Amino acid sequence: MTTATRQKSLWAIGNTVVIVVAIVPVLWIASLSFKDPSTITDATFFPRKWTLVNYRGIFDTSLFTRALVNSVGIALIATFLSVVLGSMAAYAIARLRFPGKGLLIGTTLLIAMFPAISLVSPLFNLWRQLGLFDTWPGLIIPYLTFSLPLGIYTLSAFFREIPWDLEKAAQVDGATPFQAFTRVIAPLAAPGMVTTAILVFIFCWNDFVFAISLTSTNASRTVPAAIAFFSGASQFETPVGSIAAAGVVITIPIIIFVFFFQRRIVAGLTSGAVKG
Amino acid sequence: MADIVLDHVTKRFPDGTVAVNDANLQVGDGEFVILVGPSGCGKSTCLNMIAGLEDISQGELRIGGRVVNQLAPKDRDIAMVFQNYALYPHMTVRENMAFALKLAKVDRAEIDRKVDEAARLLELTPLLDRKPANLSGGQRQRVAMGRAIVRNPQAFLMDEPLSNLDAKLRVQMRTTVSRLQNQLGTTMVYVTHDQTEAMTLGDRVAVMRTGVIQQVGTPQELYEQPLNLFVAGFIGSPAMNFLPGTLENGQLRTPLGDVTLPAEVRTKVEQAGAGPAVIIGIRPEHFKDAALVGDGKAAGLTFAAAVDVLESLGSDMYAYFHLQGSRATARELEELAADAGAADVPGAGEQIVARLDTASRAREGERLELWFDPRKLHLFNPDNGAHLTL
Repeated sequence: MTTATRQKSLWAIGNTVVIVVAIVPVLWIASLSFKDPSTITDATFFPRKWTLVNYRGIFDTSLFTRALVNSVGIALIATFLSVVLGSMAAYAIARLRFPGKGLLIGTTLLIAMFPAISLVSPLFNLWRQLGLFDTWPGLIIPYLTFSLPLGIYTLSAFFREIPWDLEKAAQVDGATPFQAFTRVIAPLAAPGMVTTAILVFIFCWNDFVFAISLTSTNASRTVPAAIAFFSGASQFETPVGSIAAAGVVITIPIIIFVFFFQRRIVAGLTSGAVKG
Repeated sequence: MADIVLDHVTKRFPDGTVAVNDANLQVGDGEFVILVGPSGCGKSTCLNMIAGLEDISQGELRIGGRVVNQLAPKDRDIAMVFQNYALYPHMTVRENMAFALKLAKVDRAEIDRKVDEAARLLELTPLLDRKPANLSGGQRQRVAMGRAIVRNPQAFLMDEPLSNLDAKLRVQMRTTVSRLQNQLGTTMVYVTHDQTEAMTLGDRVAVMRTGVIQQVGTPQELYEQPLNLFVAGFIGSPAMNFLPGTLENGQLRTPLGDVTLPAEVRTKVEQAGAGPAVIIGIRPEHFKDAALVGDGKAAGLTFAAAVDVLESLGSDMYAYFHLQGSRATARELEELAADAGAADVPGAGEQIVARLDTASRAREGERLELWFDPRKLHLFNPDNGAHLTL
């Protein structure tokens, strides 16, 4: 066996292991969600009796449907705001020289490093005082604080790649700085924005710590928090089937999101702008 | 259309570097003026200040009689072509050209008419629906020009627009630019580091060095009456030959032999008060094969030199030879050598080039009798580079 083929087969084995480890739990959850409640514990990978009763069950309760609406709403709003604010901030960081720029970048990164759990109890008290507890903005704001640094960092890297002459050209063509940004720079940074949007959306969608701590009713409880409140048909029954079904349902939007934007996350969109 | 006036314009960067120092330049209405100089001489900064992309530290900039120092680029009504074209990659050629008009809220039919007209002028019509990524370098360059002309601006600014093209295309585009400017009659300021481009294109040329405009004049003026050593060495290809010389009792002692200076030259040099040491400049074409000089041979100086290299271009021949003895030294000459990349080439300074008629019998490696007319000499002060007889 030559070194090249050995290397290749080692890589193949490594990759397979990683993929199996990642995908088996997902498939297992999917399998559980289709099992009849009586066969949940039968320890077979393929359900012996396929049923949709778990799905019917979760969609019958307002606990889950309402949480789904909250999740989608909160995540989309937070993502939108994060990308808009993040791109403006990133643009300024990439293009302007101003005093305290290094400090600003450092601080935003520091915020991203901060463990969320340490903020939860102060926020809990603060939000109750301000009337933000158990509201959509009450979740959107902390999501923004944690996703913005990430967004700013990713986006400023993209903006730095865009030739500055394009902006100069737009200005000479009669654009205001804002028009130059929205009509020339932003479209070119679209792959970066989409990447950021996906990352932020997944972060908001998956968050459990803030969701469980800063909500108390259906008014703003998101799916990850709501799942924790699932109960079985009786107190002797664990809601494994419902949890599995809910888990599968909340995975779907992420998959759609990624598939939908995947084609836009392509490099080389700026080719042809300048010579080279 | 409008004239552009730079009135004691200075650009100082925050770190203290002065990129443009007290520049005065008047570009007449409809005139084609070239800013030329080695890289880093401040010519692009000048252009950016006219465009409004750089602030002016001191002085006044007037376009069409209006002071525009504080105006944003969009309010100056000028168009600019960038060295790297700066086309918007997400727009088609048509959208690229229409962008400025769209921003100005011109109505659709008018935009289409103007874009089509500009496209026809630049032969871009078949490419209108392509994206810049699918265009060749020359086509991109034309789109960049098209984007400038559709707007019918007060002035065009061009920042080395041809420097990214290959040599053949560059010559072609040069005539296109020339023709365009004649047709449109728009004021144009054009930046280049290529003196050939400057000489062939401009109505007038401004030569810059380290942020200072050295001389402004027609190409012929710059060539025949360079105000200083820098302009003399920068303009002309192959460059002017420089030799050290000494003035003694009206005699000019040169490495080629002694020359008697004409009376009027002698008085001018004396008036300029330059010391005995001077730098002599001779254009390559002012050397002649002594065998081909008929009458008046006595008026000039004949000398013999061994030809190192002979380049035959068909229309002319370039004969290169070396001189024994010291070489002319001056700060300006070192700068020019550095710009030409010749600073590291040993002996480059002492090399003399003569442009000879093809009838010459010159042979590589053989000695050749050369002749020159002392009236064609340029004399420079080695201390400050000033021309001594203008």
